[in-house]
This record gives sequence, structure tokens and C-alpha cells, in this order.
Amino acid sequence: MKRFAALFTALDRTTKTTAKVDALAAYFTEAPEDDRLWTVALLSGRRPRRAVTTTRLREWAAERAGLPLWLFEECYPVVGDLAETIALVLPPATGTSTASLSDWMAEIGALAAVEEPERKARILAAWDGLDGTERFLFNKLITGGFRVGVSQKLMTRALSRATGIDEAELAHRLMGDWTPATVSWQGLIEAPDPAAALSRPYPFYLAYQVEDGPEALGGAGDWLAEYKWDGIRGQLIVRGGEHFVWSRGEELMTDRFPELVAARDFLPEGTVIDGEILAWRVDAPLPFAALQKRITRKTVPKKLLAEAPVVLKAYDLLEQGGRDLRQTPLADRRARLEDLFAGLPAESPLRLSPLLPFGDWGALAEARAGARAAGAEGVMLKRAGAPYLAGRKKGDWWKWKLDPLSVDAVMIYAQAGHGRRATLYTDFTFAVWDGDQLVPFTKAYSGLTDAEFREITTWVRRNTLQRFGPVRQVKPEHVFEIAFEGIQESPRHKSGVALRFPRMARWRRDKPVEEANTLADLRALLASHG
Amino acid sequence: MSVLTFTERGIYCPAGDFFIDPWRPVDRALITHGHADHARPGHRHYLATAPAAPVMRHRLGDIALETVGYGKARRIGDATVSFHPAGHVPGSAQIRVEVGGEVWVVSGDYKLEEDGLSEPFEPVRAHAFISECTFGLPVFKWAPQAEVFAGINAWWAGNAARGRFTLLGAYALGKAQRLLAGVDAATGPILTHGAVEATCAVMRAQGIALPETVPVTPDTDLKAHAGGLVLAPPSALGGPWARCFGPAATGFASGWMALRGVRRRRAADRGFVLSDHADWAGLNTAIRETGAERVFVTHGYTSVFRRWLVEQGYEAEIVQTAFEGESLDRAEDEA
Repeated sequence: MKRFAALFTALDRTTKTTAKVDALAAYFTEAPEDDRLWTVALLSGRRPRRAVTTTRLREWAAERAGLPLWLFEECYPVVGDLAETIALVLPPATGTSTASLSDWMAEIGALAAVEEPERKARILAAWDGLDGTERFLFNKLITGGFRVGVSQKLMTRALSRATGIDEAELAHRLMGDWTPATVSWQGLIEAPDPAAALSRPYPFYLAYQVEDGPEALGGAGDWLAEYKWDGIRGQLIVRGGEHFVWSRGEELMTDRFPELVAARDFLPEGTVIDGEILAWRVDAPLPFAALQKRITRKTVPKKLLAEAPVVLKAYDLLEQGGRDLRQTPLADRRARLEDLFAGLPAESPLRLSPLLPFGDWGALAEARAGARAAGAEGVMLKRAGAPYLAGRKKGDWWKWKLDPLSVDAVMIYAQAGHGRRATLYTDFTFAVWDGDQLVPFTKAYSGLTDAEFREITTWVRRNTLQRFGPVRQVKPEHVFEIAFEGIQESPRHKSGVALRFPRMARWRRDKPVEEANTLADLRALLASHG
Repeated sequence: MSVLTFTERGIYCPAGDFFIDPWRPVDRALITHGHADHARPGHRHYLATAPAAPVMRHRLGDIALETVGYGKARRIGDATVSFHPAGHVPGSAQIRVEVGGEVWVVSGDYKLEEDGLSEPFEPVRAHAFISECTFGLPVFKWAPQAEVFAGINAWWAGNAARGRFTLLGAYALGKAQRLLAGVDAATGPILTHGAVEATCAVMRAQGIALPETVPVTPDTDLKAHAGGLVLAPPSALGGPWARCFGPAATGFASGWMALRGVRRRRAADRGFVLSDHADWAGLNTAIRETGAERVFVTHGYTSVFRRWLVEQGYEAEIVQTAFEGESLDRAEDEA
């Protein structure tokens, strides 16, 4: 674990990309293969299952530290990270461990299978043999929450430098449903097994947001446009007589969307489609909330299938007849996709995401204005001559979202953030007026600058009216403009509405609280946009 | 009547008619040390230790300041007062007040570890102890300073070997001089920001030995000092002032650096856990050694620390201070 801890420390100490790549590349060259594989797994979000509840960990840590549990609980929000809080309160280690990362991962994997007293004994022994960063990392790994400031892109770049294998090729090899238990470093990275490639998706190409209108993109004639659908991005693969559905987060979602099994009947062998999964009724998408219910279920009850049936709105063809089309220009891929979809029966869950015709940018702006009515959240712009790239790359794909809806609301509760935002108050609850009462209607966490978060944190500390555990009720004094993408009726919320993607657009220092919006204003938005 | 009471102007002694570290103008103020939240302007008479005086004069200008040596008892009205080393910064004191045989001690800010510059902390027996608790949570545990300085020295030497400047952010009064005295000055030149240099000059003038420093001015030939250590207030590190050093390594030295969240937010290369306040164990030791049964907690995680002390059998209360919320408000820089 010492080598892995040293890597983590190097990554954690710097914000510079080059330094991170250097540290990773050195690790991928020098560390034992099993450790490299685990590191790739952890950095690509393949975390071990949580082997012990956090409640038990808190109890055991407080007990070992000789502290009352309440005192441990008071420390946690100040530190902002459970693994770190535990590492800090425990007494110094009395021994050291020479076990490697993969040894520790095996130990952690075995924890789930043993009885609780044994589990406790093993965890206490681990704490006693690990100090500082190693102890913190062990805690991160057993709580299943391992994250470090390294994107998959950055890791892939470092792997590429260490192995000499092309980045895009590596990105592809790393996709899919593998764990360190099912593959070896050789099998995954150095000499991949062709059979394992059957279900493997292509890395998704991700768009950037257009900031000030599309004019800067040049001539409108070079671009194709379609609606930006508000569902979940999905890649549908038909290979070897089977089908696979992958999320952008590389999660295999095949079983969650049984409707898409029909793809086997309608699409030929060796087809890969990129599109958006949407809950769909007749000719329009259902609100995202309907799809949300589907996402959270691993298996779908019949009632839900009938209530919120899904379709795949297809917009790109990545593989045809087993041939990788990603280097083919989009216009050509699109033509092939349209041919493939021509004549699909109406009961098919596969739909084409239609192109929006436009002669100039003005016409596209008009089409965009109609997006909300079509159940979309804006338009996508894709360069007709561009290949299908991997990851978020500026240049060929752009999203031009609708301007958000907004209301001015009063901050009434505040809670400290986690990780980098620990000790700062960053999670707020906002309210609107209902007569002379403030009714909470949304939470928001983002949109302010670090300086603004620091300022509001100082204010929160000095203007707390009541504390409910980590939550503080504050004086209703500050107004924020809350921007959001959609509004829906919600019987679960006191205000009767639920917002989609709420965030703080601006701190309205100029606005007195009396001038914040009202519940009636929200209901009017619900009537016009819900 | 209590030896000390807590008023909206600060801690007050009715028997002697004086205040300790008051935050609003008063007639007679006893000052524990020169930091801005303890030594405020506008009082008619000041009383502090002799080594605390130069910095107070430097910061507060022409004040009516009387000085007293450590441990020297002095009668004020019906109270007997004396100042005792707090180990926080040079000249810092705990203030002992005795009225009719009852002894109360105000800690000011303090730390137990000897830093080589400040007069080392001395426990004072008391019936009641008013203690700061800036780091009054068991997550705060300081490593011995020799270990911290070994880390700083190695980091500086590594940067110097690559020809880079090492920018270290630290509070201008106290922490900066402690760093100066503790680093291996043979590694290379040490440069200072104006705010740090001003305090160094005051301390040198009072006879405190500090390594040679080069004040950074617009005329300073930086190339001639390549690989140097630059000491600056934390706020200067993010600003335009720091840019003239090129691609430098940056770090901060503060007790708050114990928290990864704070370290990451500072976006510096390194955070060194070095504080002029007592850590959790230090606070508990200091309180135990006073022998006090009553403890008043102030400046920090007061409600948590009070509850802990009550569970340990103390009669503990919270003292509210003006203009203050919780610890992190006291500028993460200062601690």
C-alpha cells in the first residue's frame, strides 16, 4: 500500500495536469501488475462493494480513539470526509504493513464474507498497522467512496505513456464490465482477449456548451442540428446474437430497459447505436421524473413498464456490419443510420432523432425556441464532416441549451459541503413567499465562486438561528437567483413543485427579501412550463 | 462577586476595574499579545509584557503602554495581576488575576510545544481558567515541529535544486518568524514580503535572533536569489505579488492544513501542519495542569469543547466573543 499511498499523495498535492500524468505514468511502469490493474480499476470508478456500514465504522473508530460517539459525530462535518475523520481521530499505528494494494483489496473483498466480530477485529488490526495517508486510503476503500482528482482521460493518457499503446485504443479497452477479479493486466491492457470485446462499448463523445450563440462556429451549412433530449445517454450494441445497453457512466443497463430487447429483431448483427433513452408516450417524451423511476430499478415491474415505457432516440451509428465507423464523417454515418431505420415498424422502441432543418443561425434559434414545447432542453449542433471522437473534446459537438427558468428565492437553511468544500457552507435550501410565510421549494449547491462561498460561510456562522444536526437555519436575509431547467408538480414537496437542475445563478445582494418571488409565481411557471 | 465577568466590551475585572483583551475602547486594558483580535486600538491605557510591547507599538502607533516582566505581581485596585508565558508568539502571556485569594487565569492564545522563539508556556494553578479552543476537536493533533521542519526543509531543498522559488504563506506576526528560525537557512536565500519583513525588523530590534532576510521590493534582483524561500502572508500568495517569482512551488503553514479539504481549497502544492495554538491533547493537558474546576471556553469549537469538559467533570461554560463566529472565521491564516 505504501507505493499506492505515495502515488495518491503525489496526485493530491498538485493541481497541475502534467505532474499528475508524470506520477501516474511512473506508477504504471514500476508497480507490480496486479497493483496497476487495481489502480486502473479504482481510477475508472470500479470500486469494491462496501464491506461494512459507516455506522459500525463510526462506532469502532470512536471506541478505539477513546471518544464518545457524539464527539466523533461533531468532528465529521468539520472534516467533511468520513474516511479522513476516522484516520485523524485514531491513535497512532503501533506497527507497519508491507502488504501491497492488491493484498489489501483482497483483504477488503474478504471482509464481506466474515461474521461481524471477525470483521471488526480485522478492521481494527488494519487501522493499527496503517498510518496517515495509508489509513485514510484504507478507509476510503472500505467505504466504497474512493475518488481522487484524476479523470479517466488523464489516467488513460498516463497509461498510454507507460505502455506505448494509443490513447483511443486504451480508452476502448478500458470500457465495459470488467473487474480485477475477471481480467489480468495482460489480458486487459497488453493483449486483450477478442471474446471479451463482444459487449464492449465505444467511449462516448461528449459535447461542450455553446456560450454566446452559435455564430462563432462559422457557416451554418457545415452543421447538422437536432433536439437535445433530456433523458439518459445510451449506447446500444447488437453483437453475437445478444444486445447490450451501456450508460455514459459505463454502467451496463441492459436489464433495466427490457423494451430494447426488440433491437435484436430489428437491427442486423454488428450494429452499435448512440442515442438517448427516454420515457416516451405516443409522440412525446414523458417528464424526466418518469424515467427517473426506471433508472433506480434494476428489474422493472410490469406496472412501471406500462406507465413509463422507454424508447431509444438514435442519433449516431458507430458500428455497422461489425465495422467501426467512427472515422467516417457524421453526414455519412447519419445517412447510414437513416437507411437502417427506414421502415422500422411503429411498435419498435427504436426511433430516429430527427434532424432540424435550418438555413441560417436565425432559423436554428427559432427551432431552439420550440425545444421546450417538443419536450427537449435545447438543440445539439454537430459538424457534418467530423469523425466520432472519444470523451469531451472541443470543436465538433456542441449543445445549445435553452436559457434556464429562474426565480429569486430566500436562503433559509445551510449545510456544510464535503471534500474540497468541507468546512464551507455550500448546500442551501431556498424558499419563496406564501403570504408572510417562507415555503422551502428547492436546494442548490453550485453556482457561486469560492470567494462567495467563503463570504456566505462567515455570514452563516454568525447568523444561525437554530441547528438541526449539521443543518443550520439562518436569518432570512439573502436573496439568490435560482436558475433551473424544468419544473414539475410534486406531491412529495411542501411547495408542491420539484425543479430540475437547480443552481444559484446570482447572489442578488441588491434585492431585499420582501421582493423575492412567491409560491404563486412558481405555480404560474408550473402552468406554463410544467 | 466573580473575579472576572464577561461584558459586551470583553473580559472585565470589577475588583481592579480593568479589561483583558477588550474589543471596544476602555480605560485600562491588559493585553495578552499583539495579534489584532486581542490588541485593539482605542484604549486609554495598555498593560502588556515587555517583549510584546514593540510589536504592539508598531501596529497600534503611539499608545499609552506600560510593560511588566513575566511573573511580576502587580496590584491594580483590589486585584493582584501577573503575566505568565503562553508560548503562542514572542511576548505572549496568560494573565493571572487574584482577588481575595481566588485565582482566575485568562489563557489568551497558547501552545505547549516550545518553538525556540516564544517564551515557553508555563502552567499556572488557578481556580478558574479561561481557555481558547481554536483547535478544540480530537482531529487536531500536531506532529513534533522537528518533523514538520524536516518536511519543509526537504521540500525547499528539492525546489531549490530545480532552480525554483519556494513560496510559503504564513501569518506575518509569529508564524513567519517561527518558520524563519526553524528552517535550514543554509539551503539558500530567504526573501520576505513587506508585511513579514516589518515584523521581523521589530523583533530583531528587541534582540530576537533571526536569520538574514532579503526584503522583496520592485528593485530586488530575483535572479540573484533563485531557489530562495519566500515568506509572505497567505493572502499575498494568490495575488499579483506572487507572480514575479515565476513557476514557483507554493505552500502554507497553519494548523488548518491538518484538513485535506482546506488544503485542497488552497490549491497549493503543499500544506504544512504547524500551529501556534494548542492541539486537542495540548488543550486538555493545559486545562488539567491549572488544577481549575471551572473552565470557560472561548475562541473556537466552544460548544463541543464545553460538552466534552463537562463530561470530564469540569464546570464548563462558554464565553461569547464579539465579532466572532467559529474557529475558521479567524482567518484560516492566523492559526
